[in-house]
Amino acid sequence: MPYLEGNFGNPASRSHTFGWKAEEAVELARKQVADLISADPREIVWTSGATESNNLAIKGAAHFYQRKGKHIVTSKIEHKAVLDTCRQLEREGFEVTYLSPDVGGIIQPEALKAALRDDTSVVSLMHANNEIGAINDIAALGEICRERGVVFHVDAAQTVGKIEVDMQSMKVDLLSMSAHKMYGPKGIGALYVSRKPRIRLESQMHGGGHERGMRSGTLPTHQIVGMGEAARVAKELMPEDAKKTAALRQRLFDGFNKLEEVHVNGSFDQCLPNVLNTSFAFVEGESLIMSLRDLAVSSGSACTSASLEPSYVLRALGLQDELAHSSLRFAVGRFTTEEEVDHAIVKVKEAVNKLRELSPLWDMYQDGVDLNTVQWAEH
Amino acid sequence: MAYSEKVLDHYENPRNVGRLDTDSANVGTGMVGAPACGDVMRLQIQVSDDGVIEEAKFKTYGCGSAIASSSLLTEWVKGKTLDQASEIKNTDIAEELALPPVKIHCSVLAEDAIKAAIDDLKSKQ
Repeated sequence: MPYLEGNFGNPASRSHTFGWKAEEAVELARKQVADLISADPREIVWTSGATESNNLAIKGAAHFYQRKGKHIVTSKIEHKAVLDTCRQLEREGFEVTYLSPDVGGIIQPEALKAALRDDTSVVSLMHANNEIGAINDIAALGEICRERGVVFHVDAAQTVGKIEVDMQSMKVDLLSMSAHKMYGPKGIGALYVSRKPRIRLESQMHGGGHERGMRSGTLPTHQIVGMGEAARVAKELMPEDAKKTAALRQRLFDGFNKLEEVHVNGSFDQCLPNVLNTSFAFVEGESLIMSLRDLAVSSGSACTSASLEPSYVLRALGLQDELAHSSLRFAVGRFTTEEEVDHAIVKVKEAVNKLRELSPLWDMYQDGVDLNTVQWAEH
Repeated sequence: MAYSEKVLDHYENPRNVGRLDTDSANVGTGMVGAPACGDVMRLQIQVSDDGVIEEAKFKTYGCGSAIASSSLLTEWVKGKTLDQASEIKNTDIAEELALPPVKIHCSVLAEDAIKAAIDDLKSKQ
């Protein structure tokens, strides 16, 4: 931990060696992150993570370009850091259009084209969805925005370091990144801010004018070095990681598919190599998780929240509520083994079979009852 | 979410899982909830000629707390008269299982289920 212990210089201190050393380390990391997405190091702005990057990008661009218009386009399945930022802008008088994805969770370029207006100033769409892994065609979406002179922001927290993100071939103006999504430390992220064309932002954090005035605040050298190293490793291992995780994901799916009534949520093919979101019909997600306590899975149905609402992402795909309640999101990674995947398959099958034995809906399905014709007492 | 030991016990070892003959004159069936809401309970009771619940079965689609609430309910109603069973309150279930506030609706659903089963039985007799 060289930048936590011993080397205590502030990278913004230009008057002594300690500061220079820290600055050197920060600039090396900046280059490592830029290299991962084929950008210029001067296009990288450090932030505290993808949430801050999304806030800075969307609010910063919306505020700076508001004379062009106060209309923003995003989608219904964005991360909350984008949706809540857009809600805030609505409170400030901006108008936001929320695009619906197709059944696979993908935003079709035609849908974007149809939503753009003369007063649209910012478009914000994610590269890949965090719950279902569906990947948008950023190159195509970027063409549309560039043609219309609209600032295009992409939340790429899920994709940078996992699949190719190339600022040379993709016409993206602003791109959010997060270190911990690529095995780096938590609490550090970055925003790519295009120089050609030059994108301007109204800063959200005022102070000493760090990061070319876009994000003031002393840089956390040790965090930044961690993100740089994670980016370097990710660039080197990306092809290998992608191949490995895709094989594990397929293995997981093949294992689950031996059960009846298993549904994949979101596009299976146009999907991140490491994410699998499935619904096990007639079994409720949270109860399934209770049987899988040694696995780190999450339920699409946000049952642990006070609202008990099923996932807004799955609903936006047009999924029936009961399948949304029955969903689980699995992710595999660089350090996942075949044995772990096989263990997960066994555990999931046991749990699904057990819970189906407990499920009145499974009984009815076995008896040939069409659940859609039953008069339910909604509560 | 942390589950109480009692919830975990009922979830791991649910009591009285199964189904009784819906068409039988001394069986009452209560089915409450909806798949779209994330929980459905089916509670069935069978009464003897002198009006005592001699058998209870359940199946539940829902979270662990919903499963535990209905499992506990089947234990409680056995040996009770219909009047005694109809006095079971959701608050008793919530207290016994130490349900957190966000899971209180599971115990409400269980109370609805026993009431519905009793109503069904009475409508048959």
